[in-house]
Amino acid sequence: MDEAGGAVQLTFLGLGPAFRHGVHPPEEKELTRELPIRRMPYPDELVLPLRQHAGKPATLCVAVGDHVERGDKVGEADGFMSVPIHASAAGTVTAVAWWPHPDGSMAQAVRIKVDRFAPQVARERMVPHWEGLTRAEVVRAVQEGGVVGLGGAAFPTHVKLSPPGDRDIATLIINGAECEPYLTSDHRTMVEYPHRVHFGIRIMMHALGATRCVIGVEKNKPDAIEALRNSVPGDLDVRVLPLTVKYPQGAEKMLIKAVTGVEVPSGQLPVAAGVVVQNVGSVAAIAEVFETGLPLIERIVTVSGHGLRRPANLIVPVGTMLRDLFAFCGGVTPDAAEVIVGGPMMGLAQANLDAPVTKGTTGVVVLARTDTRPSRVYPCIHCGRCLDACPMFLNPSLLGDFARVGRYDEMAELHLADCMLCGSCAYVCPSNIPLSQLFQASKLALRRRVAVPA
Amino acid sequence: MTNPTLLVTASPHLGARDSTPRIMWTVVATLVPVCIAAAWFFGVGALLQLGTAAAAAVLAERVTGKGGTLADGSALITGLLLGLSLPAGFPLWMTFLGGIFAIGFGKSIWGGLGFNVFNPALLGRAFLQAAFPVAITTWPRAGGSFWALRGDLFALPFARPHLDAVTSATPLGLLKFEGQGTPLLDLVRGTTTGSLGETAALVILVGGVYLALRGYLNWRIPAGILLTVAALSGLLHTVDPAKPDAAFMLFSGGLMLGAIYMATDLVTSPVTNGGRWVFAVGIGVLVVAIRVWGGLPEGVMYAILFMNALVPFINRATQPRVFGTRLSGAT
Repeated sequence: MDEAGGAVQLTFLGLGPAFRHGVHPPEEKELTRELPIRRMPYPDELVLPLRQHAGKPATLCVAVGDHVERGDKVGEADGFMSVPIHASAAGTVTAVAWWPHPDGSMAQAVRIKVDRFAPQVARERMVPHWEGLTRAEVVRAVQEGGVVGLGGAAFPTHVKLSPPGDRDIATLIINGAECEPYLTSDHRTMVEYPHRVHFGIRIMMHALGATRCVIGVEKNKPDAIEALRNSVPGDLDVRVLPLTVKYPQGAEKMLIKAVTGVEVPSGQLPVAAGVVVQNVGSVAAIAEVFETGLPLIERIVTVSGHGLRRPANLIVPVGTMLRDLFAFCGGVTPDAAEVIVGGPMMGLAQANLDAPVTKGTTGVVVLARTDTRPSRVYPCIHCGRCLDACPMFLNPSLLGDFARVGRYDEMAELHLADCMLCGSCAYVCPSNIPLSQLFQASKLALRRRVAVPA
Repeated sequence: MTNPTLLVTASPHLGARDSTPRIMWTVVATLVPVCIAAAWFFGVGALLQLGTAAAAAVLAERVTGKGGTLADGSALITGLLLGLSLPAGFPLWMTFLGGIFAIGFGKSIWGGLGFNVFNPALLGRAFLQAAFPVAITTWPRAGGSFWALRGDLFALPFARPHLDAVTSATPLGLLKFEGQGTPLLDLVRGTTTGSLGETAALVILVGGVYLALRGYLNWRIPAGILLTVAALSGLLHTVDPAKPDAAFMLFSGGLMLGAIYMATDLVTSPVTNGGRWVFAVGIGVLVVAIRVWGGLPEGVMYAILFMNALVPFINRATQPRVFGTRLSGAT
C-alpha cells in the first residue's frame, strides 16, 4: 500500500525508487565487478580482535599455547548484545595482546599461528535443521554462529531477528544497494550465490514471521538483479527492486524510504516502520551457518583502488592482516597514498597495515595520490550545496559553523542525532570543510556530556 | 612488501572535483566579456575604471586579508563588480577609495571570505554614493571614439572634478525626472547611458546562464528577482499605463547585473532553496517600489543590501523539514 505510493509512482516517472537528495561520487566499480570471487590462501598468522561487532566485545576463552581447529571459539559472547569470535584457521594461539584495530585504536586480540599442514577442515558440528526450530532457537543458532551485519556496521544479526515486544514485521528488506564506490563484494555475492541469498531470506522470514521480502539493488548491477530474479523460490513472496544509483542508497533509512515510501521517524529504529533491513552478505552468512554449520570465519572482501596492482574480490579468513592481503593482490603501486578499510565515503584510513580484516570489513581500498582529497580548507562560502546533498535534510553549513565554536546544544536542536555521517556534505563541499569529522566529534562531545553531567 | 607512506584523513576520502577558488575564478572569467562590452560602449576609460577598482580591491585584500586569500579570486570579483557599478567618468581616486572600502569594511572587518553579511561591492558603491553623490550620478554618454576619455578620470583627490563631458541622464533617470521613455531596442543593445555594467544586459544574461548551468550560481535568485519585477511592474503598468512596463524595467538600470552577479553572491544570499525564493521576491518587490515610488531613479543596490541584512533570519525561517520529522527543524 505504502509501497505503491513511494516506489511505483517514481518508477512511472522513469526515475526509479529513491530517496531525495544524495550525491553521485565516481563509482569505480569496473575495477572489480567482473572478477569472480576467489579464495585467498591462509596467511601464516591471523589476528582476531575480540571486538569486531557493535555491542559488547567477546570474552576470551582460549589461552596462549592452545591448539584450535577451524571454527573453534576463541571468544564467548558476553551477554545478548554480543557474539562469539571463532578461529578462522587451525593453528596455535601464540599471544593475547593489544593489536592495531582497523578502527584506529588498539584492541585485545588473539594471535594464531596458522598450522601450515592442517587440512583446515572444520570439526563436525550438528547442522541445525532450521524448519523444526522456534524463533528463539534460530536466534540462538545465529548468535552462536557469530553472525553480524556484513555491510560495515557489524550489528549482531540475532538482535535484528528479535524485534522488541510483539512488533509485527510485515516486510523484510534486503540491502543489495552497495552504494559505496569501488566495493563489489555484495554485487559478486548476488551474482554468484543467489540461491544462498534466497535460503538466508527464507530463514529470516521464518524467524521474523515476515510475509514479504523486497531485495533492493541499485540499477548499476543488472546481472545481480537478473540472477536474483531467476532464482526466487516459487513459494516465497520475494521481489527484486532495481533502485536509482545514488549515494547513500544503502543507508538503512534511505533504503526503507526508497522501497516503502515511508520515512522512519527521527530517533527511531526501522521496526517502527514495520520493517527489518539486512545486508545481502549477512543473509548469505546466515544461510552458510545453516548449510554447513560453519560460523562466520571468513567473508567476501573487495580489495580495490588505483593504488593496488591486482584488484580482486576475495574470500578472506577473518583476521588476515592488510599487508598479507595486499601481498596476495600483487602489492601496492608507487603512487599509493591512502589505505581505507570500508568504502571511500565512510571507511577508515589506516595508519598500520598490521590491522586485520574483521567481520565488518566490506572492502579495502587503496587510493592513488590523485584520487585523494586536497588538504587545503577554505572558509564556508554558504553555497548551500551541502543542504542539497544531505539525505536527512539537515543544514550541514550551519551545523559546521556551530561545531567549530563548540555550540553543541544548538547542534542537538538542529537534529545532529539524525546525521548518520554518510559524508555527502563533505563530499560536495567546495571549501573542502571536513564536515563529517566535525559532526562525529560533536556527537562524541554530546555523548560525553550526557555521561558526565557537569 | 615495502611500507608505503600512508595518508590518514577523516572520511569521506573522495571529494567532488570542485573548489571555492574554481567557482570564484569561473565567475571572474564570465565577467571578462562584460568588461569588454563596457569598453566597447565607454572606451578606454572603462578599462581604467575597472582596473583601478580591481587593483584597489586586490590591494586591500592583500593588506587586510588573512594571507594567501588573494588566490581564491573573490577580491577580484568584488573589484570588478564595483567597477561595473560605476559611471564611466567617475574620478579614479574615488574608485580606488571605493575598492579599499569594499574589501576593508565590506569583507575583511567581518572576518574575510564567507563571513560578511553585505555584498562587499555594493557596500563599496553605497559608500561612494554617500560620499560623492554628484560624481556618481554624472553619466557620460555611450559611443564615440574608443580613446576618448569621458569625464575627469584623473581629477586630483579632493579637487573639484571638471564635469565637462557630454553627459545625459540614464533611462531610469529620464523616466523618473522627465517622464521620458527609452526605446527597448536601445536598452537591450546597451546603447544608453548608465554605469559600466548596466548597459550590457545580454552579455550579463549569457554569463549568468552559463554559471547557472555549471551550478556556480543558484538560478532561483535571478529567476525570482526578474519574475517578480516583471510581474509587479506589469501589473502596475496595466493599472496605470503611465508607469513603466515590464520590459523596460527588466532591461534598464543595474537590474541584470544586480540579479545575476550581486544578489547571487553565495556568501550573502540564503543557503536554503526556500530562502532563496523569499530573498529574490523581496529584492524584486523592493526594486519596483524604489523605482516607482522612491526618491531615487534606481533601487537595485539598496534592495539587495536590505535583503542581505535579512538573510540570517530568512535562513532560520526556511530550514528544510528534517527527514523523519513532522515539523521543520528550525529552532
